[in-house]
Amino acid sequence: MPPEAVTEHWGSEDARKQAAYLGMWVFIATEVLLFAALFTAYGVYRSVYPEAFRAAQLTMEVGLGTLNTFLLVTSSILVALGVHAVRGNRPGLGGALLLSAALLGVVFLAVKGVEYAHHVKEGGLPGDAYRFTEVPRVGASLFFTLYYLLTGVHALHVTVGVGVLTVLGVRSAAGTFSAAYATPVELGGMYWHLVDVVWLFVYPILYLS
Amino acid sequence: MSPPAAESYLSDGRTLWSWLTTHDHKRIGVMFLVLTLFFFFLGGLFALALRIELLTPGRTVMGHLAYNRMFTLHGVTMVWLFMIPAIPSAFGNFLVPLMIGARDVAFPRLNLASVYLYVLGASVALWGMFEGGADTGWTFYTPYSTTTGTAVLPVLVGVFIIGFSTIVTGLNFIATVHTLRAPGLTWMKLPLFVWAIYGTSIIQVLATPVLGMVLALVALERVVGAGIFDPARGGDPLLFQHLFWFYSHPAVYIMVLPSMGVISEAVSAFSRKNAFSYRMIVYSTLGIAFVGFFTWGHHMFASGQSTFGSGAFGAMSMLVAIFTAIKIFSWLGTLYRGSIAIESPLLYTLGFMFFLFFGGMIGVAYATTSLNLHWHDTYSVVAHFHFIMVGATVMAFLAALHYWFPKMFGRCFPAKLANGAAVLIIFGFIATFVPQFLLGNLGMPRRYADYPPHFQSLHVASTAGASLLAFGFLAIAGYLAWSLRHGALAGDNPWGSEGFEWRSASPPPTHNFSTPPQYPTGPHEYSREEVPHAA
Repeated sequence: MPPEAVTEHWGSEDARKQAAYLGMWVFIATEVLLFAALFTAYGVYRSVYPEAFRAAQLTMEVGLGTLNTFLLVTSSILVALGVHAVRGNRPGLGGALLLSAALLGVVFLAVKGVEYAHHVKEGGLPGDAYRFTEVPRVGASLFFTLYYLLTGVHALHVTVGVGVLTVLGVRSAAGTFSAAYATPVELGGMYWHLVDVVWLFVYPILYLS
Repeated sequence: MSPPAAESYLSDGRTLWSWLTTHDHKRIGVMFLVLTLFFFFLGGLFALALRIELLTPGRTVMGHLAYNRMFTLHGVTMVWLFMIPAIPSAFGNFLVPLMIGARDVAFPRLNLASVYLYVLGASVALWGMFEGGADTGWTFYTPYSTTTGTAVLPVLVGVFIIGFSTIVTGLNFIATVHTLRAPGLTWMKLPLFVWAIYGTSIIQVLATPVLGMVLALVALERVVGAGIFDPARGGDPLLFQHLFWFYSHPAVYIMVLPSMGVISEAVSAFSRKNAFSYRMIVYSTLGIAFVGFFTWGHHMFASGQSTFGSGAFGAMSMLVAIFTAIKIFSWLGTLYRGSIAIESPLLYTLGFMFFLFFGGMIGVAYATTSLNLHWHDTYSVVAHFHFIMVGATVMAFLAALHYWFPKMFGRCFPAKLANGAAVLIIFGFIATFVPQFLLGNLGMPRRYADYPPHFQSLHVASTAGASLLAFGFLAIAGYLAWSLRHGALAGDNPWGSEGFEWRSASPPPTHNFSTPPQYPTGPHEYSREEVPHAA
């Protein structure tokens, strides 16, 4: 038999955790750059069509956007508390917190759906489909394209995050995680905070003028 | 009855299923090798079709649309399915854990997923090919790519998926090199190939998401008329070029940096000397990875960007030449007064250095705006990027294939045949692309299916070179396939190399090492006494 040092892929749980963390941070870096392309496009077109962008921004549902910001920030706090609870060897409480954060994520998506329905009714659609009469087409249709792209790609991330939090919450409540083994919960938490932070950039540039 | 311990990773489970579900980095490397070789063959066939069409002015074998589709497929296949994954995914996967004394990469299951993502992406792109194929060129420039009626969408989606495979591979290598180095193997003891793969991985994870997003935007534009890149809808087609080259210029270094890593290993092994100025090779690797992100504007000198912008991008581009020159001088310093063994990997290495030097010097000329405008979108550019991207990647790929073939399969190949093929390929390459430099300088534009008769002699020369190349590749395929079964047994270290990967058996056992490797010395350390050095 080969000696222990060779058969063991990882020297220790610590080394394993270190690799998992590094992998997650690299993944987060790629996610940031993914959104960076959209933010760049937003910046470029905002400087090309400043008036149209301002006018289109005034038609946004600021109330709903703000509500969503509160929902996401609150869920982020719940996730942080959940991770803390699991680290403190209270996986039952941790699971409950993670599941409530997932629930807030679902509410976020529902609010987003209501917003989309509004825009569709008014004709604030992307590109070719743009039928909105309040703001002239040139520039504003680009604003709406970017609005759907940014919020759509973000909502996709929220959907994935809700799935991740649900799985982690259920497994945590079942006692899979503990102070000794909390890495998956911590990584899931990092992902959710990323989703939250991205929204904190999306919200002001789209809703507040 | 428990099965006896397998002799090597090759005999540990012989069924197809055991390969398809393996988490072993060596098998994943071999799978990538087979896949990339297949696409190299396919891309080569497309290239030959192009060269045959260009043999005579006017229509030779295909119409203009077929020609446009053919060069698009040639580019897409070669860039995304061969050159980007070939060395990192095939040889990197196989060698990095062996070189750093690890049992596997950090995330073996993700590693397997990257194979399937690659296969899925390639299948989608190929499906687009059978649907008629795109005619945009591999760069998908807007607004043409958003308006042409050909099957651009599957190709975009395919490349998008392959991007994920690239990101996963890069992420895995970064985590592996950071966390799985054997005890005692410090950063400054890492083999140069590992450094090269590490630098490449950083580019891969930083640049690929931007490419993914910009391709997704083009796809959306085609499907729902998003308007981002369409001037008719208020969008800006140049934004595409900025975002695209922000990825695709660094992507050139995704192809060249791993090649430089291979060359650093081979130069050391075949001159039996320590790598000359190891640290400078490392720093220049990181320097290229860094500077590569600030040069994308040199693709856009003719786009109407500001003169200041062009000048700045030109100067930044020239910086790459400084880092590259450091590497070339280091290799020359390693070769100098070495005990040189003329084996096929070294022949490819010399070819690589020639192409890199020649193509790179011309690259400096291209970074000058005035010369660039004369050569812009001519065959000269085609020849330049073939010298750098293909000359470098293919030479290094062949060097790697020959150098590590005994490591991977435990067999040697006929040395004389291999040397002959290497010479054939290097001369074939020169014969193919030097006429294209001349064509471009005379004003022959790239991407054209037709040309006036006075360009014909140079086109014929180029096609003749391409046929030499084809014969060379066929010869290699022939003797390597033969050697897989009938080659002489290699033993553990047929080259007498001091590279860390040779400290395990050849082919390596499933868990890489039978005893934990020790690293008392630095990489590439030949016990031979230091020769008094003029440099």
